[in-house]
Amino acid sequence: MKLSSTNLLLTAASAAVLAGGLQSCKSKAGGVSAASNDAAAKVYVAPGKHDEFYNIVSGGFNGQMSVYGIPSGRMFRIVPVFSQHPENGWGFSEETKPMLNTSHGFVPWDDLHHIALSTTKGEHDGRWAFGNANNTPRIARVSLSTFKTEEIIEIPNSAGNHSSPFITENTEYVVAGTRFSVPLDNGNTDVPINTYKDNFKGTVSFIGVDKTTGRMNIDFQLLLPGINFDLARAGKGASKDWFFFSCYNSEKANTLLEVNASAKDKDFIMAVNWKKAQAYARSGKGKKAAVKYAHNVLDEKNHTATSTIINEVLTLDPKDCPDMVYMMPCPKSPHGTDTDPSGEYIIGSGKLAATIPVFSFAKIQQAIASKNYDGNYDGIPVLKYDAVLHGEVQKPGLGPLHTEFDGKGNAYTSFFVSSEIVKWDIKSLKVLDRVPTYYSIGHLSIPGGPTAKPHGKYMIAYNKITKDRYLPTGPELTQSAQLFDISGDKMKLLLDFPTVGEPHYAEAIPAALVEKNSKKIYKIEENQHPYAAKGDNMAKVERKGNEVHVMMTAVRSHFTPDNIEGVKLGDVVYFHVTNVEQDWDVPHGFAVKGANNAEILIMPGETQTLKWTPDRTGIFPIYCTDFCSALHQEMQGYVRVSPANSNVALHFSTGTNKPAADVAAKK
Amino acid sequence: MNRISLSKGTGLLLLAGSITLCSCGENNAAPAAEASEPAAATTEAPATSDEKLFEAVTVPASLDASLADKGKTIYEMKCQSCHKLTDEKLVGPGWKGVTQRRSPGWIVAMTTKPEVMIAKDPDAQKLLEEHLVQMPNQNISAEEARQLLEFMRSNDGVK
Repeated sequence: MKLSSTNLLLTAASAAVLAGGLQSCKSKAGGVSAASNDAAAKVYVAPGKHDEFYNIVSGGFNGQMSVYGIPSGRMFRIVPVFSQHPENGWGFSEETKPMLNTSHGFVPWDDLHHIALSTTKGEHDGRWAFGNANNTPRIARVSLSTFKTEEIIEIPNSAGNHSSPFITENTEYVVAGTRFSVPLDNGNTDVPINTYKDNFKGTVSFIGVDKTTGRMNIDFQLLLPGINFDLARAGKGASKDWFFFSCYNSEKANTLLEVNASAKDKDFIMAVNWKKAQAYARSGKGKKAAVKYAHNVLDEKNHTATSTIINEVLTLDPKDCPDMVYMMPCPKSPHGTDTDPSGEYIIGSGKLAATIPVFSFAKIQQAIASKNYDGNYDGIPVLKYDAVLHGEVQKPGLGPLHTEFDGKGNAYTSFFVSSEIVKWDIKSLKVLDRVPTYYSIGHLSIPGGPTAKPHGKYMIAYNKITKDRYLPTGPELTQSAQLFDISGDKMKLLLDFPTVGEPHYAEAIPAALVEKNSKKIYKIEENQHPYAAKGDNMAKVERKGNEVHVMMTAVRSHFTPDNIEGVKLGDVVYFHVTNVEQDWDVPHGFAVKGANNAEILIMPGETQTLKWTPDRTGIFPIYCTDFCSALHQEMQGYVRVSPANSNVALHFSTGTNKPAADVAAKK
Repeated sequence: MNRISLSKGTGLLLLAGSITLCSCGENNAAPAAEASEPAAATTEAPATSDEKLFEAVTVPASLDASLADKGKTIYEMKCQSCHKLTDEKLVGPGWKGVTQRRSPGWIVAMTTKPEVMIAKDPDAQKLLEEHLVQMPNQNISAEEARQLLEFMRSNDGVK
């Protein structure tokens, strides 16, 4: 996505207004500032005070989500999702490894592009954040109470899960559309690439979400033409039973897509009546297809994930299911497709288009009723462009990507090529305001922006190019986000803040909806981990063949046991560490010298397991890695590893240098 | 009762331990909270005249064995890692004699809301000064604290 950035810089710089006073840096030393004069006061959150919004931000190629406060732009936490996280042991601990299992085995990385926060009646409900894995197709569900990834489901018959994880109004479904069309998993997959048009298929999966638990299951998959599905949005209000998917490469090119997928004037936005699809699935219109995919669930009671391989998926072919899928022509490789808060307007952003088309849901319904078709595409009816069009925004900018809403009748569209955000009136299609972004914006986010109830106060731009905005750090730079005040007629730049990974989409939600549910501890009484040591009486070391299981407690400031002998070369040691504290914000860490993985962080009341295969004999220190108390530096111990044929008996202890006290304690 | 006033050095030590809740040093002059406890049924006054840090707790002269048993289970899960049943210090003080040293109300308060006690109660502050690890809130209800108290009484020989 790199363009001629020199031109961009010049354009952006000349469009910018120099700020007076606030910035201590002169524009010669840093980037151009266009912040308004009262910007500092508007983003200042006093020490100890909380931000007004949570911003849940995709991490792109770091495979994670990160959590920021708005308006301060302060980062609070990185939530590991599809990528291993040595910082807390995610994907390294025995409990969390199954979360990264797939039909391809253990996949410890992915590319997380989009966030969907759960909604009820079209409004944020503060329960879950969904994220997509772009590379090895998966969808994750993160709890907004624990900020932990609770579930990951793999998507079969898919490649490049980009059109994902968008949700219906009441979070009935989360969808996953293929970016890459590929031969279906259960057919002949070993085909020449140039037989694309004959052998490659696209799919869109509808993943059911349990109302209470959030548990996901693939309810059905639509078998679709072999094109590229890019993004999606559900309808809301009158259009709530529908889902809209942007599609490109209707040319079905399989090489040099840059040119070959840009040949036609129009591609499509695909409209799916998901209620009808659901009814077809229930009434036996689907076919079961043999596939293989993993479904991974983290159990909050035993803090352990399980991975189940599933071998079947229900597929629906539009040929057998009339009135389920329609195509709407949309100019030039649409990227974003966004539904306004009322659900009446669907906005397509053609990356290469000179206009922004706005479709009318009422007109779509009329066109379908009167069969106002412009032929078909692989048997799917194509609705006439003019018949479904509300109108076009003329000359809005170059390279439109995504649109968000403020709930006051305005739309805000990001423009990558002209590096700006353009505010326009949805009904009149008139451009109202434009601001430059530094530089080359991708996604943008307004709190509640994709929902029926936007909070039109702030807008955040996630820029793709950083250049001179911060102190340089060599060739690789932080990614730059920018906060705007959109409460007035004019958009005003307030703040630049750096982000981790490469954010794509993000959502922001009022803190009041999330803060109150934040979990503080895991109750030790409810810990059902099979190796939990719920108190020192349960702390012990057991041998099972060549496996040595250490059931250990951690408390400020010692481990029990902290002296372990009798481990032999060839043994595999499992340290099951239970943090028996019940106090908020008192995690303990655990590390052992020479372990070929990472540390584990154990939250209060939790049990986590680090696997260690000693590679030599000797004394191996263990210690707490999370500064926990004044005597944190004393929180340490030793494991002795003896030769395989050694006679050293398995022995463990804590504080046996005071035997009299121990005897007394056992009374 | 003699009190050690907190020196600047001690304050630094506390900071180094990243103990942020307590404002030690401010309440040095507060009156003693503790009344010496007779063997018979007892109640005690709140910590300070202007602020009721904890409620009085009445305990009978004889032991409620089933209550003490429940307390033992909680002790083993949530307290044993730091407190021995002897008078030997581990992370915190050993429990031997605690029911003679402290009033029932103080014990229940320290068990259920240690962070409040350490912020305000001079005796709790003195303990922090001595042990340098702030007692964690172990998510113990008032009912459970009463069970723990009975277990402490059992440990101290109440029949």
